[in-house]
Amino acid sequence: MQTPSTHSFEGAGLSCIRDDRVLFEQLAFTLVSGQVLLLEGKNGSGKTSLLRILCGFREADAGTIRWCNDAIKDSRFYAEMAYVGHLDGIKKELTVLENLKMALALSDSGHYSIDEALTKVHLTGYDDVLVQTLSAGQKRRLSLARLLMTGNVLWILDEPFTSLDKQGIALIETLMSEHCANGGMIVLTSHHDIDLPEVDVQRINLS
Amino acid sequence: MSLSRAFFAVIRRDLILALRRRSEIANPLLFFILVITLFPLGIGAQPHLLQAIAPGIIWVSALLAAMLSLDSLFRSDFDDGSLEQMILSPHPTSVLVLGKIIAHWLVTGLPLLIVAPLLAVFLGMPNHSLGILLLTLLLGTPVLSLIGAIGVALTVGLRRGGMILSLLVLPLYVPVLIFAGNAVQMADSGLPVDAQINILIAILLLALALAPLPVAAALKMSMCDNIS
Repeated sequence: MQTPSTHSFEGAGLSCIRDDRVLFEQLAFTLVSGQVLLLEGKNGSGKTSLLRILCGFREADAGTIRWCNDAIKDSRFYAEMAYVGHLDGIKKELTVLENLKMALALSDSGHYSIDEALTKVHLTGYDDVLVQTLSAGQKRRLSLARLLMTGNVLWILDEPFTSLDKQGIALIETLMSEHCANGGMIVLTSHHDIDLPEVDVQRINLS
Repeated sequence: MSLSRAFFAVIRRDLILALRRRSEIANPLLFFILVITLFPLGIGAQPHLLQAIAPGIIWVSALLAAMLSLDSLFRSDFDDGSLEQMILSPHPTSVLVLGKIIAHWLVTGLPLLIVAPLLAVFLGMPNHSLGILLLTLLLGTPVLSLIGAIGVALTVGLRRGGMILSLLVLPLYVPVLIFAGNAVQMADSGLPVDAQINILIAILLLALALAPLPVAAALKMSMCDNIS
């Protein structure tokens, strides 16, 4: 999957202004392979805005973002990142398998095959089930399965633990540690306190 | 990871989706058939008048049916985040979007082509102009989908974009309507229609090459203010 050679993801002097309200300014971070960046802050403090800026959906009002020392647009950023946001990007009229095949068609294939990824998130045997019949937690795990089967280094996750039960949260934490151990990196927002003992976790508090 | 695989995967996915929500396909088609069948009832027993305005009726109905179907082009993908994933994909968004537009045309434009000859006969159009009618529909309806996609991409982020969408898109539909309607009328009276057909081909090729770029840019713009 990821080459052990290090990737880096940096932001410098980032600021975001929404409706004359400064959400954050002069925000800087440097993330290298194997690290996690946890964004904390109360509701409305700009966590999601920052994630969307990092994904390139929004331009930052100031500042630069660099992937492996290149500007996002000139780098392989989009081939090496995966995003799971509030919206899970899953079609409820399609089956689990059809959804994952579509995701695979849109990016490189990764470390795990579709079957292995489904086993990892405990959704074995659900291949031909329509997504609209899955529970909220199962949908969440399905959208996280996408991270496993597409080739990527950086995961950007917006509240990945929403609607997951205790086992689900523990499962995702295991997957996150594995990803970091393999040289991946993760940027996430979360209300839960994450429990990743072996991983170097940086925190940014936005409030 | 290949671009053509992604392109065909998008088309395939949208066709499967259309198959699972059949009412969305049926709606514009039903509208097209209903409008055209109502005209003879409204006009009364005047076969010559009907025959004279048949090309116009068919083309205006096709245009309105296409407009009716536009909103479904990006709405559900926008609402459930699939569009975000497409934009984040390393493939150029414009190519993926072209795949979506082609699938949309296959689902909403092609059925119109299939029922049009029947309706043309119903309106009393002479047989020798049926071929030209089909040809104009074949060349014209993809243009309606392509141009419409630009309008939808610009308005998909707005909660009530329907009105603005019509205002944006209708003026751009007018050239297609003029040349297509004119071609069929000329064919009715047995005149050559090469010029109109050539212009329609030119419009189609131009739209095919140029429309996906603004659509992709507009979708990215619509995405930017969508916080949820």
